[in-house]
Amino acid sequence: MSRTFVGMPTFPVAAREAVADTQLRRNLGHATATIRARRTAAVGEVDDWEALRVKGAQAKDRVLADLDTYLLQLEARLTEAGATVHWARDAAEANAIVVAIAKDRIADDPTPEVVKVKSMATQEIGLNEALEAAGIHAWETDLAELIVQLGDDLPSHILVPAIHRNRAEVREIFRREMVTVGRPAPDDLTDEPARLAEAARLHLREKFLRAKVAVSGANFAVAETGTLVVVESEGNGRMCLTLPDTLISVVGIEKLIPTWEDLAVFMELLPRSSTGERMNPYTSMWTGVTSTDGRPDGPQDVHVVLVDNGRTTVLADVVGRHALRCIRCSACLNVCPVYERVGGHAYGSVYPGPIGAVLGPQLRGRQGALEQSLPYASTLCGACFDACPVRIEIPELLVHLRTKVVDDHRGGVPTPEAAARKAGAFTFTKASRLEKAQRAATAAGRLLGRRTHLTRLPWPLSAWSEARDAPAPPTENFRQWWARTRAGDAGDERGPQGEGQ
Amino acid sequence: MTVQGGVPDTSEARAAILERVRAALSAKGTHYPRTDSPEGRPSDIPAPAGTTHAVTELFVERVEDYRATVVRCPSTGLGAALAAALGEASSVVVPAGFGTDVPGQLLRERDVADVHAVEGIDAVVTTAALAIAETGTIVLDHGPGQGRRGLSLLPDLHVCVVRADQVVLTVPEAVTALRPSVMAGRPLTWVSGPSATSDIELDRVEGVHGPRTLCVVLVE
Repeated sequence: MSRTFVGMPTFPVAAREAVADTQLRRNLGHATATIRARRTAAVGEVDDWEALRVKGAQAKDRVLADLDTYLLQLEARLTEAGATVHWARDAAEANAIVVAIAKDRIADDPTPEVVKVKSMATQEIGLNEALEAAGIHAWETDLAELIVQLGDDLPSHILVPAIHRNRAEVREIFRREMVTVGRPAPDDLTDEPARLAEAARLHLREKFLRAKVAVSGANFAVAETGTLVVVESEGNGRMCLTLPDTLISVVGIEKLIPTWEDLAVFMELLPRSSTGERMNPYTSMWTGVTSTDGRPDGPQDVHVVLVDNGRTTVLADVVGRHALRCIRCSACLNVCPVYERVGGHAYGSVYPGPIGAVLGPQLRGRQGALEQSLPYASTLCGACFDACPVRIEIPELLVHLRTKVVDDHRGGVPTPEAAARKAGAFTFTKASRLEKAQRAATAAGRLLGRRTHLTRLPWPLSAWSEARDAPAPPTENFRQWWARTRAGDAGDERGPQGEGQ
Repeated sequence: MTVQGGVPDTSEARAAILERVRAALSAKGTHYPRTDSPEGRPSDIPAPAGTTHAVTELFVERVEDYRATVVRCPSTGLGAALAAALGEASSVVVPAGFGTDVPGQLLRERDVADVHAVEGIDAVVTTAALAIAETGTIVLDHGPGQGRRGLSLLPDLHVCVVRADQVVLTVPEAVTALRPSVMAGRPLTWVSGPSATSDIELDRVEGVHGPRTLCVVLVE
């Protein structure tokens, strides 16, 4: 029922629309400033945050360096613990696996349905649409995902997908849409967040109690023990992970961590970086089929789908692979001056912000115009690297990807930018050419009078001025000034007369 | 992909993915540089020294920060503390192995075949495996006294009994102490305050799907 990101325009086009939306900018400005302040406080409490970041990065690099071994270890532990492990090369295979399992369990139900815990991997592969196509309803149970799903909308932030909606809009969506898919919103629903959360509690409770199949992702998969970890706040995760008979977890192959003890590092890094809390309200950890003291506890039909979907291609790139350390905390979004102004939709995928700008073109390839534009959706200010709990050098990756985009376009008809660069190189390689060009520029500058900035340039320079102001050329450059004020000193290489004598 | 008995056969994809991973890591110049400390274990970070008393006080402060209630009592006063914590809850589910008498109308876990039956019960009392002071977290490994996971999820009030000597200072200490539970195949539930959401305008609301009230009874 939610829309998909397929066919999104390039970043600059989408960004222009987003920047013009003042309500969106207000919501985003408030939200990102609030989370930034919380994160700063939570991180500041830790004695040696930097040492923790290094440990996080090292643990992820250890897994990635021997990923085949760790994947086999995880598979073995999970199988011993009674789970069934499936492998999917791409989104279509992953969807087919989940649909096949779900269909087998619930196809005969009058209204086949699954409940879902918020998961980036299942959004990435478009699982909800695949389930709908197979006649199975997929209910998102995270409050923000519910708002997005009921509003037939797109997520705009990794952590708070409905960050672009305010309380009045949420109330309207609940009143209008809940009745169409289950328990209606209370008649006297106000726009108080507590009342809206209560409405979601009542609406979803019947679905939790009824569902036979749940679909989750995993924040971490511990290779040594076969334990999967889901970090959440609302309790919808616990509901999905414990009440249904069948649990299918879709896990990207980069979600592994080596040992049980390594988990401690991430349980400190993730909540503080993500929501800016010392610890998130609920974390569930489970190893295959679980029982407590001889009684079955939770789903007894447990499946784990390990998904590649472009990750091995990223792994093969020695610079780009650092993006695979990402634990989806979204700290880089909240500190990014570009994200703060344009929001998540302009990035055109489920992974927005700086991390999306480096993950998108790598996971999906650089054939699309959107993917080619994403590495440029940044000022390279470096705030994202400073905030990243696993030290992904996002600015370096962006430059690396820009190089690749440029290389892709070598040969054939040059882009206006490439032509401009060539003309620049021609001008700068000879002093007399540069002097001529400067004379032309200052002549133009004199025509512009007292204007200090140019906001609109003629084609093809319009490509530059659409997103930036250009400074007006000076009316006089250094050479001209020198010639004017030191006209009599030609040939005196020591500079102005009398100095130092 | 063939599907048999509702289980798809993905062995071909498995071989292909492992092959791609090996190719990505074995080509010239694609090896990961080895770090100096391959065992970058968090427990290397020395825990700051603190007395048991200071740890307990920190735990109480941090739990209250989540707007959870803390009731402190001596071991002889546990019954009265439980009665106070349960307040007006009229029905209470009690896990198998919970050693203290609980007042009120009780549902025993041994009479609960399916955890769905707990829906509609007002409150649950449990013990915990341990607690973490720095983050105000209680951890359940669902051993005796803690019940199956659904028991501490469906009721609206969760009363959790923690002994002062179960409180550790840091997350790494807790993870190390929890290893035996995980190796035994037990699930873990980490609870830090009542369920909460900040999804609407980042306004924090306590209480969405899990227990909307969390009360920690600290036995000293």
